[in-house]
Amino acid sequence: MAKETLNAKRLLCPLPVIRTQDKVKTMNKGDVLEVVCTDPGVLQDIPAWCRINGHQLLETLSEEMEYTIILEVG
Amino acid sequence: MSKQRKAVALISGGLDSLLAAKTVIEQGVHVEGINFFTGFCVEGHTHAIRKKDKDKPKRNNALWSAEQLGIKLHIIDVIDEYKDVLINPKHGYGANMNPCLDCKIFMVHKAKEWIKENDFDFIITGEVIGQRPMSQRKDTMPVIAKESGADELLLRPLCAKNLPMTLPEREGWIDREKLHDFSGRTRKPQMALAGDFGFEDFAQPAGGCCFLTDKSYSDKLVDLWSARGDKEYDLDDIMLLKVGRHIRPNNNFKVIVAREDGEARFMQGYKKEFINMNCASHRGPLALIDGKPTKEDLVVAAQIVARYGQGRDAEKVDVTIREKEGVESQILVTPFKADEIPQEWFV
Ligand code: SF4
Repeated sequence: MAKETLNAKRLLCPLPVIRTQDKVKTMNKGDVLEVVCTDPGVLQDIPAWCRINGHQLLETLSEEMEYTIILEVG
Repeated sequence: MSKQRKAVALISGGLDSLLAAKTVIEQGVHVEGINFFTGFCVEGHTHAIRKKDKDKPKRNNALWSAEQLGIKLHIIDVIDEYKDVLINPKHGYGANMNPCLDCKIFMVHKAKEWIKENDFDFIITGEVIGQRPMSQRKDTMPVIAKESGADELLLRPLCAKNLPMTLPEREGWIDREKLHDFSGRTRKPQMALAGDFGFEDFAQPAGGCCFLTDKSYSDKLVDLWSARGDKEYDLDDIMLLKVGRHIRPNNNFKVIVAREDGEARFMQGYKKEFINMNCASHRGPLALIDGKPTKEDLVVAAQIVARYGQGRDAEKVDVTIREKEGVESQILVTPFKADEIPQEWFV
């Protein structure tokens, strides 16, 4: 299983979601993607995007002004 | 067994597109959503940059709609392609810089390309005849269908009974009788249908779906274009038009002053790309300087920035200026008095 990281810092929603969506398209089922963002809106949007598109949210981390979302491609 | 038909629904995040998609899902069609990000979309998060809007929900309404409908949502970045729509709208602008008719044509056209690539059968929009003065009129409906190239593949479930038959209806993929005949500006039929479907807490954006319908935003965009002498823009330009007080003393530069902490935090992210300054001797806001200011211009900018800090009544204040390369310098300036900033500088 591949593990990749996506830098979506400074982007405002929905751009982090779009970048996540486009990255996931290039990955395989079971792969893990870590998305690093600075817009707190991702804490709502990426999980919602995962739910509707069948991906699994593994973890969300908030540290100072940075938010990391780890998901498994479904 | 008859083939499972598939439709793509343009999901804006508003009630009408939600209802239109649901109406078609109810008829057993497989529906997926598509949402176009032009860069000008009004997002809960963009509002959330500003503290005063903190209480508003931060959700993305298009994602929320898709979740309510139980459908997939494809969000497409059209920032670059959209420039041509905004810069050269064949059908002109609405009350502000909103090129609604060209925008609709563009989006339906993109949806048409999408259904071709993804082997879908038709397109759904939430348009209602008479709902909006520029893009949703009886005479513009066929223009959108024709100029987008979607023609008979474009179904508007909320007002289909007031329009000629489309292919999905004629082929029996959709029962025309179960579609609607909404028209005009009233929202009552939509509210009733939302009630029938059990939708609650849906978005009702008062100012429409994008910043281009907003007068103050449009004024800033026009100012940017006229100062630069062309209509080019990039994403950072249009994002920064959403925040701060914009003050333009001259064509070659403008000062963007954060109005509160939320904006200052957002603007921090641009410190490497813009000359920026803030008052060093007193508390005061962060400001970005856009354009190519001279040394004298930076003094004027510093006097403006000082005006918005706690040292506004002081004789002199220290202002720190940071160049794009990170080189810092300090200057001592007299803050402008309120009446020393000419009204026409405010964009
Ligand atoms: S309001 Fe904005 S997004 Fe909506 S149709 Fe008009 S220009 Fe396009």
